[in-house]
Amino acid sequence: MIAASHPPSRTLPRRRRRATLVVGVTIAIAVLAAIAGLTTGSFHTSLSDVASALMGTADGPTTVVVMGMRVPRMLAALAIGAALGLAGAVFQTLARNPLASPDIIGFSAGSATGALVGLTLIAPTASPAAGAWIGGILTVVVVMAIARSVGVSRERTILAGIALSTLLAAVNDYLLTRAPIEIARNADQWLHGSLVATTLSDVALLVGALGVLGFILVLVHRDFRTLELGDDTARSLGVRIGHLRLLLIVVAALLTGTATAVAGPIGFIALAAPQLARRTMGTSGIPLWGSAVTGATVLLVADVIAQRALAPLQIPVGLLTAVVGGAYLFWIVARTRR
Amino acid sequence: MPDLATVTPPTAVTRLVTRHRAARMRLVILTVAMVVAVIVLTVASLAVGSRALAPADVIAALFSDRRDAAGVIVHELRVPRTLTALLAGACLGVAGVLMQAVTRNPLADPGLLGVNAGAAVGVVVAIAFFGVGTASGYVWFAFAGAASAALLVNAAARPGRRGDTVGLILAGVALSACLGAVVRIITLADDDTFESFRFWAVGSFERRDADVAAQVLPFAIAGLILTLVIARGLDQLRLGTDLARSLGTSPALTIVGAGAAITLLCAAATSAAGPLAFIGLIVAHIVRRTVGGDVRSTIVLAALSGAALTLASDVIGRVIAIPGEVEAGIVAAFVGAPLLLWLVVRRAS
Repeated sequence: MIAASHPPSRTLPRRRRRATLVVGVTIAIAVLAAIAGLTTGSFHTSLSDVASALMGTADGPTTVVVMGMRVPRMLAALAIGAALGLAGAVFQTLARNPLASPDIIGFSAGSATGALVGLTLIAPTASPAAGAWIGGILTVVVVMAIARSVGVSRERTILAGIALSTLLAAVNDYLLTRAPIEIARNADQWLHGSLVATTLSDVALLVGALGVLGFILVLVHRDFRTLELGDDTARSLGVRIGHLRLLLIVVAALLTGTATAVAGPIGFIALAAPQLARRTMGTSGIPLWGSAVTGATVLLVADVIAQRALAPLQIPVGLLTAVVGGAYLFWIVARTRR
Repeated sequence: MPDLATVTPPTAVTRLVTRHRAARMRLVILTVAMVVAVIVLTVASLAVGSRALAPADVIAALFSDRRDAAGVIVHELRVPRTLTALLAGACLGVAGVLMQAVTRNPLADPGLLGVNAGAAVGVVVAIAFFGVGTASGYVWFAFAGAASAALLVNAAARPGRRGDTVGLILAGVALSACLGAVVRIITLADDDTFESFRFWAVGSFERRDADVAAQVLPFAIAGLILTLVIARGLDQLRLGTDLARSLGTSPALTIVGAGAAITLLCAAATSAAGPLAFIGLIVAHIVRRTVGGDVRSTIVLAALSGAALTLASDVIGRVIAIPGEVEAGIVAAFVGAPLLLWLVVRRAS
């Protein structure tokens, strides 16, 4: 009895302690990155300037820079990173494959196509958000249909997503060459994935979406965890798998879609954050909230580096995550094939 | 019962011979068809454009040195453009067949496996950091980039293992994404680099001057010769390493030679024409479907169909969006990407 019950009662708190520690360290890193992002830049602000700007007692220029630009950008980075981390965790758990992230299976390319169609063919002045949503969701539907028709062979699904991505990339290139130059330049900017132009209303939209979708995930969290045990076990535990999968795909797609709508496609966060979280926390499955915290921190750090690394040049953060994330994915492939 | 013993072997052999003959027949027919296609497309490529010329004018301009409008257009714009497309296409077609033979992967393509992205990084580094402005200068950098990328992907995904398609493709996609973003960061940082790079990067044959084709021609020829040298070894390798060795082939040497040939061909094509994905994939697929996977007997066909396909992409791109142009790379992707999707889906069933 003692021998049987002892190990779990000891390892469980230890694991939990490790997870708590990791989340604490991650949040600390995020705080440091936030301070760096708020205080450095071409317009110098000290910590006390930032504090007084937050209190509403700073002078005009400081208030404009801190409250109008740096704070919304920081919050948007956190929210978008969290949304992408969550979406990645959901996709990867559903597909039981660390590569099934929204950008690899074509969601990002589809969002970009939707946005470009909107910008170049329908309403040049409107925000690309609606198009990005529709395009992304349509792409996921197509990939899922292909996945179903080829059987649930996961590698094929990923290859199909890659093939669809390349097709959509060609469509995107075509749309860019056909668009008038000023629209093309705008769209190209958006395609890089950048947080430069985020405003407080974007942040409100992001937080709202995160709140609603996160709440849905809280509601189904217990059933979500049973999916890791396999479909049959989950079914025998009374989970209605079909409905749950559909719901989860929609939630993950909406999370990615909202993030993409605000900042453009930002790759590899959804791919890397869940795996980073799982490894640092030492959990067997992919931790949902850990992925969200990790994603938020990674994107914030990336955005601060993107702003400052080659200053005054601002690298779109999507490009930076593509460099790092591409290298990371390459390393994973190389390592797992050994 | 004795019937079976005496009848079956000859039938099997006969069937094999018939199939072999049919494949040879198809090879000859297809090769002739591709020669015709190349000729027709060459004429079309010289005639079609923002100022269309009648084929008769084209031929008249070609064989005289009169410098009227038609003469200038044909000699200075359309001939270089056409030659570059033919050369790049031939290189990519052969490279695609080689690549699929070496990796035994029906999805292998220079563009998909990161070779183009490697060459692009080479070119952008040449422009941004070394002030290189001509294709003859790019070509070395494109080589270095293409070769490094090819080696990296090969090392990462260990090609040659049957059935391991995902690893190779993923490694290529990951590397392409990473290198593509590096290229964009460099071009964002420097407007002049962006201007020079832009015209190279779209996989377009617009504004290629005659020197470009001439400058990369030696590399293309070297690649093709190397291909001819190692083709026999590659075909023997398909029988298995041991059998190939007993037939006098050195597997390691053959693979290294194939890698060198692929790099020469891709770098020549890419430095002349910009990154063109899918030409290799489409050509290799057509060749394998119609005449089989034998490398040696299909090199000429691969070169011809690559050239025809690339030129067709360029001509179509000039026609479908008048008065503008759609780059050949984009036109090729509109054919190649659905093919890739179809291959992926079909292989499952």
